[in-house]
Amino acid sequence: MPGQAAELVFDEATKVYAGREGAAVHELSLTVPAGEICVLVGPSGGGKTTALKLVNRLIPLTSGDIRIDGRSIRDHDVVELRRSIGYVIQQVGLFPHYTVEGNIGVVPRLYGESKAWTKTRSAELLELVGLDQSYAKRYPAQLSGGERQRVGLARALAANPPLMLMDEPFGAIDPIVRMRLQDEFLRLQGELRKTVVFVTHDVDEAIKLGDRIAILREGGVLAQYDTPAAILSKPVDKFVADFVGLDDGAIARLRARADVPR
Amino acid sequence: MSGLFLAKGGPVIPSFGKPDPCIKHQHWFCTSWVQKHWGDILQPALIQHIELSLLAVGIGFGIAFVMALIGFRFRVLDAPLGAFGDFLYALPSLSLFVILLPITGLTWTTIEIPLVAYTLFILYRNTISGLKAVPAEVLESARGMGLTRMQTFLRVELRLAVPTIIAGLRIATVSTISIGTIAAFLVADGLGKPIFDALEAPDIFKTELVAASALVVGLALVADGLLLLLQRALTPWGRIR
Repeated sequence: MPGQAAELVFDEATKVYAGREGAAVHELSLTVPAGEICVLVGPSGGGKTTALKLVNRLIPLTSGDIRIDGRSIRDHDVVELRRSIGYVIQQVGLFPHYTVEGNIGVVPRLYGESKAWTKTRSAELLELVGLDQSYAKRYPAQLSGGERQRVGLARALAANPPLMLMDEPFGAIDPIVRMRLQDEFLRLQGELRKTVVFVTHDVDEAIKLGDRIAILREGGVLAQYDTPAAILSKPVDKFVADFVGLDDGAIARLRARADVPR
Repeated sequence: MSGLFLAKGGPVIPSFGKPDPCIKHQHWFCTSWVQKHWGDILQPALIQHIELSLLAVGIGFGIAFVMALIGFRFRVLDAPLGAFGDFLYALPSLSLFVILLPITGLTWTTIEIPLVAYTLFILYRNTISGLKAVPAEVLESARGMGLTRMQTFLRVELRLAVPTIIAGLRIATVSTISIGTIAAFLVADGLGKPIFDALEAPDIFKTELVAASALVVGLALVADGLLLLLQRALTPWGRIR
């Protein structure tokens, strides 16, 4: 099964949908260093989700390349590629007919791990995502939205992938639970140090979670890719400044980050 | 009334044994007759009826399942296959029996072809709609986690379609058990036989009619209940809501 964290490189990655005017993602080039969280943020139509899905080939590239630890995604068997990448989506998409334990075990079982192994692993992961062991035998229908997303996260981590793709994972969760999940996600990331690509439309979430933020504008063009501090202090243009809503509130939120120098 | 039959010289109702006051007076239901003829009339008919219904639903499900796989894989064929099922279902059963008679003769084949044909409509529709009803986010997460097309089908789509498929089987089974009685119009087997016998008896033999009909209904209810239990056993996640 996969290992620690991988470096992810977008190299002029482009997606043009057949029969549609313009690109969804236009020559996107950026590097996510191993173990960092890169947040893709931007208005709708900015191609954030498309860019994310290019990585695990749920959407095929039109041109350009994406490399994980130097190896092009085109050179991977598509099924192997996806198994080696953790994938979390807003609607979670847990299998309704599997218990929590069964859901967490999906990818390890694909790797041929035994039932006993996946049981132990799922117990570890439940603890990691802050759920009681009694959840193991429950079905998704018995969980709240926040609990489902925790299980979704545990499932994505089950095979210890070096890269995680998260598509608005907290988008459908009420603000209080969302905040708690964000905090726990950061705590988890402090332990696990995965490479994470995280899509959100929420600037506050991007600032809170991102080691780096990639702001995409309409047509899938990268407006700016930098640390939250750099984006807030030196937005490259008016679009970025307006988008991050440079006001006192944003500065305060930025200051709230422990790692930003005052 | 009874004097009229006696005037003919033969026993009152030849195939139904000795006259019994209850039968003689044409009551709606005579327990004595049922007790007497359970072994030689009702039970064999019931067993045959179970056999012919099982066979029809079994074969029908096999065909409908293959049709649904084809319709599911090649979506353009979904509508035509569904329409084919509708067409078969719309054929009047008696005409179908009579049309088949010169070809397949007075055999179970003649009975089974229409019975199977009638199951296809509901079994095809339910199987394919169950397969298609899997939520998009479940399919996306399956794909994103690296399940192959076949793994997604076997572990996710098919499993989640089970309640809808069994719902279809329940309707098909109940209707087959009911329509199956008409088969005795051609081949004197199943619970239709005592029903037709009762209808052909002078003045309609009500006890036999009621007893056989009750068995048809009872069989349908039991079959329905068993399928419901099967569904519960196969879908432990479904009861928790």
